[in-house]
Amino acid sequence: MTATSANPSMVETPGVAWRKQIRFALIGALSSVFIALAGMPVGLDGRSIIQPVLSMGFLSLLWVPFVMATLAGSEVVLEGMTARTRDSRDLLAGGIIGLGSAGGLVLLMVLIQNFNLRDPLVNWSPQLLNLLSFNRSLGVGALLWLLLGLILGVLGAAMHVLPKKLCSRIRTVVLSVLAVSVLETFLTDLLEGFGLEALTDFVYYKRGGLEVGGALLVAALALIIPLLVGTRIKDVKEQVVGLPAEERKRVNLILLAVSAALLLVLPFFLGKIANELLANVGLFVLLALGLNVVVGLAGILDLGYVAFFAVGGYTTAVLTSPNSPGFSPELPWPIALIVVVVITGIVGLFIGAPVIRMRGDYLAIVTLGFGEIIRLLFLSDWLSGWFGGAQGITNIPGVEVGIGTVKGTDPRSVFLLVLVFCAIAIYVSWRLENSRLGRAWMAIREDEDVAEAMGVNTTNTKLMAFVVGAVLASFSGAIFSAKVGSIFPTSFLMLVSIIILVVVIVGGMGNIAGVIVGALVLIGVLGGPKQPGLLQEFSQFKLLIYGALLVWMMLKRPEGLVPNVRRTRELHQEEFLQDAWLKGEIDTDDQEDLQ
Amino acid sequence: MLQITDLSVTFGGLHALKNLQFKVDEGEIVSVIGPNGAGKTTFFNMISGMVTPTAGDIVFEGESLLGLDPSQVTERGIARTFQNVRLFANMTILENVMVAQHCRTDQRVFGALFQTRAFKSEEDAIRNYGEEVLSFFGSRLVGYRLDQPASVLSYANRRRLEIARAMATRPRLLLLDEPVAGMNPRESAELTELIGRLRSEWGFTIVMIEHDMSVVRDVSDRVVVLDHGETIAQGPYSHVANDPKVIEAYLGRPVGSEQTDEEVRP
Ligand SMILES: Nc1ncnc2c1ncn2[C@@H]1O[C@H](COP(=O)(O)OP(=O)(O)OP(=O)(O)O)[C@@H](O)[C@H]1O
Ligand SMILES: [Mg+2]
Repeated sequence: MTATSANPSMVETPGVAWRKQIRFALIGALSSVFIALAGMPVGLDGRSIIQPVLSMGFLSLLWVPFVMATLAGSEVVLEGMTARTRDSRDLLAGGIIGLGSAGGLVLLMVLIQNFNLRDPLVNWSPQLLNLLSFNRSLGVGALLWLLLGLILGVLGAAMHVLPKKLCSRIRTVVLSVLAVSVLETFLTDLLEGFGLEALTDFVYYKRGGLEVGGALLVAALALIIPLLVGTRIKDVKEQVVGLPAEERKRVNLILLAVSAALLLVLPFFLGKIANELLANVGLFVLLALGLNVVVGLAGILDLGYVAFFAVGGYTTAVLTSPNSPGFSPELPWPIALIVVVVITGIVGLFIGAPVIRMRGDYLAIVTLGFGEIIRLLFLSDWLSGWFGGAQGITNIPGVEVGIGTVKGTDPRSVFLLVLVFCAIAIYVSWRLENSRLGRAWMAIREDEDVAEAMGVNTTNTKLMAFVVGAVLASFSGAIFSAKVGSIFPTSFLMLVSIIILVVVIVGGMGNIAGVIVGALVLIGVLGGPKQPGLLQEFSQFKLLIYGALLVWMMLKRPEGLVPNVRRTRELHQEEFLQDAWLKGEIDTDDQEDLQ
Repeated sequence: MLQITDLSVTFGGLHALKNLQFKVDEGEIVSVIGPNGAGKTTFFNMISGMVTPTAGDIVFEGESLLGLDPSQVTERGIARTFQNVRLFANMTILENVMVAQHCRTDQRVFGALFQTRAFKSEEDAIRNYGEEVLSFFGSRLVGYRLDQPASVLSYANRRRLEIARAMATRPRLLLLDEPVAGMNPRESAELTELIGRLRSEWGFTIVMIEHDMSVVRDVSDRVVVLDHGETIAQGPYSHVANDPKVIEAYLGRPVGSEQTDEEVRP
């Protein structure tokens, strides 16, 4: 290997780490086998990505060699070293990983043909074998897989060999095609709203997925648009950042107004399905924003957050439904909402008071318990005179507003209502974060004892976080019960708490934008605990994907998709300090400060 | 101002403090010294409410502090720093001193949500007072530093920020736990001077734990020596430094020589 660096003191990173490559090949093989046996290839085969070339079932396997090879090829370049020049050996390494991943599948095929393990492994089926061998003989199938694995592995490794710019082009194209295909329901709906059915008919296959022509069109657009736009967006951004504070504020305000207006008219261009979907996303955004106050800002790990959603929902049901078994004042929704907020706030105080005296793991477990207790109370015979037990409360009326009624059968109205409340929740989170209370929450998250010693009444402050979180959840509960029209204890399983937490973590804890992105990605695409997402085919694998995503995020990007600056600093303390040190931001020497 | 009578604390079987008598008058600077593990920090923890004494009483300005939470003690006017600097490392320098004014301010959810005039003026006041406190340390903690996280500060500056944070709670009594530990001689001389100014300009009464004898000598009106949780001597520095019991407690090594206890500590 020749030293390319001009500076002789710079050391090149060592060559291909073969051990690591072998490890990734094995991981690839195991992942492929696991995915196959989890039933994803067969279960998702019905949904095309590009008809008839690629189905989601095959995609569930094909990404493995590519991604593994890319991951195995990435190297950390330490300060003072130069990245080595990549060569054919890297491609070879990628190929090995690809072959390894495919090898796992080939082995699985051979085993399926010769043994029957259907008893413990439900997906150990001839159907899987057929699919894996492309409906041909085992030998042909095996060869095809090895070839595919090899090609994809080499391509994956090539992402480090090819010029950066080309790689990012390829990534844009591939991701755009996937995104457009996945977002089909939503996009068709939207385009229909603009009267562009002809376009959707051309791009999409009737039973889901892109047509080949459509895929090519999308790929071409993904190539051309960045070329046309070029650096223009970046330039404009820089210009805005360069403006004086006053004007920047104005520009930001205008942007905010425009996007708010766009959001408000959006529902009118969307059909039922898309509106319904976004309404569900909105309900979870509300919940996630509330949990974000508790977990993200104050650092209290609440695993029973669904309790407040339930209390909000049930209180609304009792107050508005004529079928409420115990007490049925049939209040109009807006008035009921005031009562709901008060009651949920009080419940927040009652649950919070004993809980916040605990810390860490104990607190998490106790909140988990309270979450279940609340659900079991609603389910119990003891209180069924009030809440209807397992029968729940039905016939909950919609929300009467001046111009019409918001009810589940009209998803557009629900979405609009949810939007209003999301705006309120965002405003509340934002204002509180930048206030005396928000600073106290942060201090508690950093070091509770010191916060207390610095005069912060930690008990009250944490209770406040609990109550604010509870109130935001009650909004969601109130809308949920008016939307669905009936309410049952099964809507408030512990799973809901966990999913909200995953949304917050994946999105980016402590960050409002992150939480919204998290809800859009997870609830919108994968679906909520009961609500279907864009990929309805995924519903049986939803939890698997949630879990995998959570583990992945915790390991590789604990700060979430849209990270909060502060949080990132906490989680990457050492790297941050190293960077700051390199940039000379750390004052290592006190001398320089003295004038 | 602060009157402590018969104060004892035990951790399991360990008597960290035994029958301690202690008194500070308004405007005094008192140093507490003693070998490692003598119970000095425990003494501070007790005053600030972080540890509950097993016996005895702590009276501050005529009222007992027993049974109060640390935040309530701070509200009464006692602030402290920590021996092992405990800043809010990921909050900015300004936020560190802003949050310390929590118990002196009272805007709640309503003010923040509706951005009332009272809220805005209080925020401004908090910010201004924070900057004022920070500028006590010269240009080190202000300017572009205001918005940097506390974790980027040098060790000496972290100690300064801790003092600033304690000052921001608007105390009358300031408890400093080894304020110059880890500083070089020039920095500690400078901080010694600042401690003097904390009394003369800000009117704080100060109790300080310190191992650096030159600082103790230069700044304190009175020195209290603790060993094994007991007061073994107290009085002016010159008197205490020559007390045979004190010398014995410090392993027979003469106190006040340049070879201070600092160097033998890990
Ligand atoms: N929370 C606690 N639980 C049990 N033992 C404790 C606790 N806090 C302090 N101790 C013990 O009490 C004794 C006094 O500790 P303290 O920290 O007050 O010493 P110190 O005088 O501040 O020493 P140093 O000069 O090292 O700071 C030590 O033996 C210590 O181990
Ligand atoms: Mg100590």
